[in-house]
Amino acid sequence: MRHGKYPLIVTFLVPPLLLYLVFVVSPYLQAFQISTTDWLGYSAEADPVGLANFEALLHDGRVWNALKNNAWLLAVVPVLTIGLGLFFATMLNMGGRKGRAGVTGVRGTAVYRMVYFFPQVLSVVIIALLWKEVYHPNSGLLNGTLRAVGLPAPTWLGDPRTAFWCVLAVMVWANVGFYVVLFGAAMSAIPRDIYEAVLLDGASRWTTLRRVTIPLLWDTVQVAWIYLAIAALDGFILIQQMTNGGPNFSSDVIGLRMYETAFGSESKFGYASAIGVVLFFLTLSVAVLALRAARRDRIEYS
Amino acid sequence: MNRRDILRRTAAAGLLATPAAGLLAGCATGGGGGDSDAETYKGTKSDQNPLGVKEDAPLEVVIFNGGFGEEYAKSHEAMYKEKYPKAEIKHSATQEINKTLQPRFVDGTPPDVVNNSGAGQIDFNGLVSQNAIADLGDVLNAPSLDIPGKTVKDTLLPGAVEVGSYDGRFLVLNYTYTAYGIWHSTKLFGDRGWQYAKTWDEHIALCRQIKAAGIAPWTYAGKHPRYMSWPLIATAIKFGGPSVATAIDNLEPNAWKSDAMKAAADAWHQIVKDKYILDGSPGLDHVQSQTAWCQGKAAFISCGSWLESEQKKVTPEGFNMTVQPTPSLGSSDKLPYEAIRGTAGEPFMVPAKAKNLPGGLEYFRVMLSKKGAQDFTRKVASLTIVAGSTEGIELPFGLDTVVKALDASGSNGFNWVYNNYYRKLERELVDAACGEFFSGRIGPAEFLDQCQRGADSIAQDSSIKKYKRAA
Repeated sequence: MRHGKYPLIVTFLVPPLLLYLVFVVSPYLQAFQISTTDWLGYSAEADPVGLANFEALLHDGRVWNALKNNAWLLAVVPVLTIGLGLFFATMLNMGGRKGRAGVTGVRGTAVYRMVYFFPQVLSVVIIALLWKEVYHPNSGLLNGTLRAVGLPAPTWLGDPRTAFWCVLAVMVWANVGFYVVLFGAAMSAIPRDIYEAVLLDGASRWTTLRRVTIPLLWDTVQVAWIYLAIAALDGFILIQQMTNGGPNFSSDVIGLRMYETAFGSESKFGYASAIGVVLFFLTLSVAVLALRAARRDRIEYS
Repeated sequence: MNRRDILRRTAAAGLLATPAAGLLAGCATGGGGGDSDAETYKGTKSDQNPLGVKEDAPLEVVIFNGGFGEEYAKSHEAMYKEKYPKAEIKHSATQEINKTLQPRFVDGTPPDVVNNSGAGQIDFNGLVSQNAIADLGDVLNAPSLDIPGKTVKDTLLPGAVEVGSYDGRFLVLNYTYTAYGIWHSTKLFGDRGWQYAKTWDEHIALCRQIKAAGIAPWTYAGKHPRYMSWPLIATAIKFGGPSVATAIDNLEPNAWKSDAMKAAADAWHQIVKDKYILDGSPGLDHVQSQTAWCQGKAAFISCGSWLESEQKKVTPEGFNMTVQPTPSLGSSDKLPYEAIRGTAGEPFMVPAKAKNLPGGLEYFRVMLSKKGAQDFTRKVASLTIVAGSTEGIELPFGLDTVVKALDASGSNGFNWVYNNYYRKLERELVDAACGEFFSGRIGPAEFLDQCQRGADSIAQDSSIKKYKRAA
């Protein structure tokens, strides 16, 4: 059998590697090159301008404003999503205790699990449209409810104080379901007898979560952290669909800045590529930092 | 390798694959260009063929598939084909003009006719500064296809050529003729016995009356608040004369802070201060606000003459929308109340590197023939820049009021083009300022300051080509 191994491996590896090179690696390299030009995107000519685009970036208030919002996303979205994900996953897997032997989830676990996963099945654009209507200041679900109980009804996406946070909430909502399932799967791999021992020792749910579950799930949490950190540096689709960065740039993100610079209100592809290059290094650094910061000793079960 | 290793490695792979940065440049510079000139099609010029079309040369037309659809273009193509039966016509329609065509511009193989419109419109400043579009001067000087004794230029409405001109070269054919004004429902006003007000003071009094009747006087697209910049700038131009607009278009220092703009901003601030705007408007997009207006929740809305066809599906029977000019500020206004902003819109262009460039120009001549224009008006209920092309066509109610308003305005009509010169200035900067102003977060002085800062930032940006127009 061994002599047939390499042709097989090569047949399976070469096509995806080629695709990756052509459609991922080469555009990256080109973006680096384009970022040092003043290319306007609709002719084959572009003059090299060295690092002028990057210098302009440093003094571009709109870019900094967008980065500030991405920093907020980075600080809030992973924490909230992982926190909620862990909480729901715990409840679904080991939340129920009353009058039952062993470790089980709350009643109706199967239903919850399915419902949490709904947003994951919807396309992001649909989610954005859905929530745009929920936030509709006059006929939206949210304000309808608030009015029904006699509370004031803000304009949500039309107010610079709330617009960004409204989108952030949707981002968390759209992501939580996936992490509930991810953490749930990881939890079911933790040996039951550990929990039974903890139960016998009389630990509370909170202690169980903090002292047993999270340490044993650490690798998964770490992966979740990296994914969410990357997602937080993006956020483009939701923002573009729901607020288009407004009102008055209050919900702008760096991805939208890049899009507007190249395809939206201008066609400065050189400058937009420079933004892309900066975003590339930012994402890379954030991911490396997240990996480093979350490093812990691995726990083996047996 | 256990499951956690796999997870960890997927994370590492995700790292490389996720950021969208590199994908921006799916096509590279340096390809194509220049060498495709040899293959262009040219015919012999004659009286019958003033543009030198090669009769069997294929013609490629790309249409923006938006509010007007693509059917009208197919009949224009059929008319072209009637004249040149041997020509093969390739028709396509898309909503994403820039993403579809960018690689072809870079490659030097663009189509022959492009309807560069919609949200995915290619920024004209970029196109013009890269010499990517052909001069349309020859079309203007060619004889009209079916109006005897006149050149194409003679058949157009005033202002149609200026809008598409950059530094005196006519590059962009804006095919439709659009009026921008304030809209109301004739039925609603008739039922309530209200009369559209011709001066600002009366307008405010009417707003008070409307509000007392339990209807919001105004609503606007809070997500695209630049819609409200139109009546505001129009008020200023009527007060101070067309030079107000020229100054703004030419990015003159403090053009946004002229006395006329101050007077207009102060006046419009009244509807914000007195809460004459439908609650929640800042959170509505253009569809949501226009729908609220059609449902009778608000009395006035600012829009262009495409409003009627855009709202076709949700407008109640007998709503009868009417466009009116902005109210005059006072008796010292330089332009009469009837003056309205009329301008050519819906841009078409022939790329400079189009293979069948003469064919593209000839296609425009077909569009600008009386037959072509009337067919367009009949199909999409919109006016064209061809004068008198509505003769003998029954127009829908709203469009009829547009024609009447434009007639009444006559030579007092005005326009501005800074939004064509510098897309970013209107779409991003003035837009954001309007959002702050009409939601009441800033006052008139700060509003004009913010607009001026935006205009200054464009003026100082050496990477943006500047244009000037004569008064």
